[in-house]
Amino acid sequence: MTTVTAEKLFVKGNEAVAMAAIEAGCTCYFGYPITPQSDIPEYLSRELVKSGGEFLQAESEIGAINMVLGASAAGARAMTSSSGPGISLKQEGISYMAGSELPGVIVDIMRQGPGLGGIDASQADYWQATKGGGHGGYRIIVLAPNSVQEMYDLTMLAFDLSDIYRMPAMLLADSVIGQMKESITANPRPVVALPEKEWAVRGRTEGTLQNVVKSLKLGDGEMEKHHWKMDARYQELAEKESRWEEVDTADAELIVTAFGSTSRIARTAVSMARESGLKVGLLRPISLFPFPKKAYASLSERCKLFLSIELSTGQMVDDVRLAVARDAEVAFYGRPPGTGSLPTPEEIFEQIKKTCQACA
Amino acid sequence: MRYDVFFAGYGGQGVLLAGNLLSYAAIHEAKNVSFFPSYGVEKRGGAAMCTVVFADGDTGSPVVGNPSVSLLLNQLSFDKYASKVKQGGICIVNSSLVETGGVELPGIEMVKVPMNQIAIDLGDVRMVNMVACGAYIEKSGALKSSSLEAALKKALPERNHKLIPANVKAMEAGAQAAKGKNA
Repeated sequence: MTTVTAEKLFVKGNEAVAMAAIEAGCTCYFGYPITPQSDIPEYLSRELVKSGGEFLQAESEIGAINMVLGASAAGARAMTSSSGPGISLKQEGISYMAGSELPGVIVDIMRQGPGLGGIDASQADYWQATKGGGHGGYRIIVLAPNSVQEMYDLTMLAFDLSDIYRMPAMLLADSVIGQMKESITANPRPVVALPEKEWAVRGRTEGTLQNVVKSLKLGDGEMEKHHWKMDARYQELAEKESRWEEVDTADAELIVTAFGSTSRIARTAVSMARESGLKVGLLRPISLFPFPKKAYASLSERCKLFLSIELSTGQMVDDVRLAVARDAEVAFYGRPPGTGSLPTPEEIFEQIKKTCQACA
Repeated sequence: MRYDVFFAGYGGQGVLLAGNLLSYAAIHEAKNVSFFPSYGVEKRGGAAMCTVVFADGDTGSPVVGNPSVSLLLNQLSFDKYASKVKQGGICIVNSSLVETGGVELPGIEMVKVPMNQIAIDLGDVRMVNMVACGAYIEKSGALKSSSLEAALKKALPERNHKLIPANVKAMEAGAQAAKGKNA
């Protein structure tokens, strides 16, 4: 339920995604229920139809992602959403979309795994999301909101980036951000110059060329050329679309780094550290692919101590280690997903103190 | 100013609705709000918890390890969470269902309110969460009771708006019971 109160709305994270999809002009949603993201299809089943869009509960997650592929090939803004087990099933379709240079938004509200795991929060699908979860050596855009407001804003951004770069984009959150409610402003869709979808298969009229959307590339050198094209696109993304947030980093002697839900907890821990006189800052990647390497590289020229906090036994920390200067130290604190395993700000503050002491 | 409050009880006591209500009241006072629920798969009987953080600026972490104020509505929550309350904080206990025994909470103000009894006396035990909200407002001074009244319109579906006067009464009774009371 969403209600207007003096401009601000009180909205669940998952609902914010659904609201933003409609605002962003998404006309096709295909999905299959799974906790903790079912509020997204529930909301869209009611509201997307009202705005003239198509909602369809597919026969499976595989069905849903292939419907997204089809709708996108026809030029529509299309979206699907799921959680770990369903996202694994969708990897085939995502790989085909990457191979076919098709945009489309995939929302992943992470839960515990492997296997069916459990319904509580996890960040253990970082690798799957950022390293190309399917076959063939591709990447997708991955954005990591840490508030309900960002669930809304980054969903709209995911649609735009996906269209501009002609590749799938993923919104990667977890059950904390998906299930919590916050006061937000429902911003209007940003005005962005988007390329015409001249490649879309919309039915050919006489005298126009045939459009073909496919990932099978058997021509001499065709596949290699495609790979270099994708690679160039990834470089361009890194250059233009890396996004991050810094808090109190200017004089920091330790930089805590975390994304999504953990970054919220870490931010309060950083404030506690500051109040106790420790010079600690926070670096939060907002885009996980492209990973904001330059931010890490430039901060680590001065600050030589980092602490990565994750709801896993350590995944993003690999990217942090690759991004910082060679003489910088990267410590890690993780809580693998499990019921009751969400760290508290007090717990992270303890880790900050320990890390500072160990390196003093 | 940043306020945080933790509610815990079992499913069916209206813990999540109480959290929603405080959130709407805080939004009514133009605060930023973060409401973080956690509950079992059961509709009734399982554990239900929520944390509400509201502030003029950033709400920060939705997860709070040591809450400033905790409202513990059943024995299980009391046993598990009473000791987590922050030093100098307030622990409001539903003494109708909680046997505090000899538990001492040094540095924490314990406030015992017979929430079930008050709700039953007013005609419906389901108003136990409203009694709790009233006690919270009284002890914390974090929100105006008029904001909670306004919030009831937002938090309750239209078909239940006829129940608002009874709920307001339950909040007032909760506040009255908590007034100047500590153990």
